[in-house]
Amino acid sequence: MNKSPGKISGSEAVILSLIEEGVDTIFGYPGGAIMPIYDALYDYGSKIRHILTRHEQGAAHAAEGFAKITGRAGVCFATSGPGATNLMTGIADAMIDSVPMVCITGQVTSPLLGTDAFQESDVIGMSIPVTKWNFQITSPEEIPHAIAQAFFIAQTGRPGPVLLDITKDAQFGELNFEYKKCTKIRSYIPEIPVDPFKVKEAAELIDQSKKPLLLFGQGVIIAKAEDELRAFIEKTGIPAAWTLLGLSALPTKHPLNVGMLGMHGNYGPNIKTNDADLIIAVGMRFDDRVTGKVSDYARKAKIIHLDIDPAEINKIVKADVAILGDASKSLKMLTGNVKSNSHDEWVKEFREADQVEYEKVIRKDLYPTKPGLTMGEVVKMVSGKTKGEAILVTDVGQQQMIAARYFGFNHSRSCVTSGGLGTMGYGLPASMGAQIAAPGRTVVAMIGDGGFQMTIQELGTIAQNKLPVKIVLLNNHFLGMVRQWQQLFFEKRYSFTGLTNPDFITIAKGFGIPGIKVDNREDLDEAAQTMLDHRGPFLLEVTIEKEDNVFPMVPAGASVSEIMLEP
Amino acid sequence: MKREYNITVFSENNIGLLSRITLIFTRRKINIDSLTVSESAIRGIYKFTIVVHCTEDMVRKVVGQIDKVIDVLKAFYLTNEEMIYQEIALYKVPTEALYDSDQVEKIVRDSGARILEITREYTVIEKTGHKEETQALFDQLNQFRVMQFIRSGRVAITRDPIERISEYLRERDAFLMNMD
Repeated sequence: MNKSPGKISGSEAVILSLIEEGVDTIFGYPGGAIMPIYDALYDYGSKIRHILTRHEQGAAHAAEGFAKITGRAGVCFATSGPGATNLMTGIADAMIDSVPMVCITGQVTSPLLGTDAFQESDVIGMSIPVTKWNFQITSPEEIPHAIAQAFFIAQTGRPGPVLLDITKDAQFGELNFEYKKCTKIRSYIPEIPVDPFKVKEAAELIDQSKKPLLLFGQGVIIAKAEDELRAFIEKTGIPAAWTLLGLSALPTKHPLNVGMLGMHGNYGPNIKTNDADLIIAVGMRFDDRVTGKVSDYARKAKIIHLDIDPAEINKIVKADVAILGDASKSLKMLTGNVKSNSHDEWVKEFREADQVEYEKVIRKDLYPTKPGLTMGEVVKMVSGKTKGEAILVTDVGQQQMIAARYFGFNHSRSCVTSGGLGTMGYGLPASMGAQIAAPGRTVVAMIGDGGFQMTIQELGTIAQNKLPVKIVLLNNHFLGMVRQWQQLFFEKRYSFTGLTNPDFITIAKGFGIPGIKVDNREDLDEAAQTMLDHRGPFLLEVTIEKEDNVFPMVPAGASVSEIMLEP
Repeated sequence: MKREYNITVFSENNIGLLSRITLIFTRRKINIDSLTVSESAIRGIYKFTIVVHCTEDMVRKVVGQIDKVIDVLKAFYLTNEEMIYQEIALYKVPTEALYDSDQVEKIVRDSGARILEITREYTVIEKTGHKEETQALFDQLNQFRVMQFIRSGRVAITRDPIERISEYLRERDAFLMNMD
């Protein structure tokens, strides 16, 4: 295209701005209203890798997987109308799980806005509730500044998704390009400096406490506060439990790691929440899946809440002391203010609870005596072979909970899962983003037969880009988690949860991805080894006992003390 | 306990922000009783006055979520007792009614209302006050048939001697300077 001297097109400005922000990977899907941007991208293949997914939802989840591993914003492109609406599930997922993401959507040319033009939808309007910020660009001059703001907002404070909707005339129009990174916005303070008086107040409570329990979530990972967390618990001897999104922030085998909170978490941290006299919550938001019935939650405990987002304080659980700010800074200050201590007897109580859980649940899950394979033994097999070095990506449902319970982690940023939104179909596309972000690491995607079929077309993306994702398909021919609830709470009325499944191995083969199906326990070890030794993508399908359930379980609306170890 | 709260929001003047703020109420199924937006004393900064009827716990959480909207400078809430507030109402009555008796004139005089315009067909009366007051005037005038009636949203200012946003902006500027 002919350009005026010294000027570049809006489309090229988009690409150059992304390069200025250090973007090297984009997940996307072209279409009419974003074609000028794709045309500009064509010239920058050496600087930016574009991954063509098979559906825009896949692009959004892949961007999330990429962001969770790198800590940088994942970037995705989609066209107007259906392209943009298909992104929404991924954006909503990123919003509730605080994932930094910059989404760029094409929009109809500005004179056509509001006229029901072809492939027009009100992307700004519909993305408001699921974005941290969004903005419509209708003139090329707005592009560099809007993109700079987008990255600043997405990646600072409590991260989240932002969306820029760029009309086609802004893409075609010309501008004098000049890029300046955004470092502040008058109306936005990403983080508040930690208040030393609050730290002192918290330290006093911690020093006095006989039975303190620390709960940590993804905030620790986002703030890169893993070392500070470890230093704090090691100095104080306080047992620490992770939320689903806090997984991998502390090594699984750390002596003070007492396991996972929540509905399908470990027995110890759940029941001990109501014995604790002090709860120190770090970068977590007291989700209802963690608290159970809030009025019966942590009844004997004072609460110290560390969070970067003031709106989280007192939202669900009232904090006796709230420390606002970045978790790495607040934990460091807290460690400096507390006395060295140990709580051996108290930690022992968690280990005793672990024994109870082992006898009632874990032994059956990991060393089953019945012929049918369990999800637990598959997770244990893969986890054992990867020795805590792999990245775990899960879908949503039973396999997610079992994987969260039994997969081991040595390093932070090794777990990618959809927590808040619980998005089935997340696993396969998220694993692509994770693999691209960490090309040297083994990425294991644990997926159920239900979720797999929601985004199965992304096998095409995996094959085309030769992403060596190890897909472990746990196939019980059911929407397992819903079936489990039907069994326990709806008198086994299995209303529309049974699946007649295709031959997944043949499907994968059709995409050029090899696979093995395992029906018998004695074949599992060798098949898992074959998968891990294979240099490219691989599908390991395991037939799972139909009525294999996830326990322990805090029934919905029950107190954490009412955790069930068996049906 | 539910009661009336006045939420004040200071914001940048950006497209879509009104929607982003009202959706926070929609999401929790809270009805907005009154909403007024206009430019504040500081050029370019807009001020919302939003009246809701809910519990304090709810209003606190909602304000927290409004406050974290990127384009919002500051949001806070106060009770009616902590604010001075007014609404404005306009009433259109048939001019005939003023000729027929001195009743309308007496009502206007007693209620502290004023007449804005008189034509052969109609007379427009204006009154500012609390909702109960403008409603009471409506009921009185309606004996003579109110042809049209409109009441504005509430505007409210705090009983503080200072404008909170000025103080807040000063603090924020100092904070942003420190970030450099």
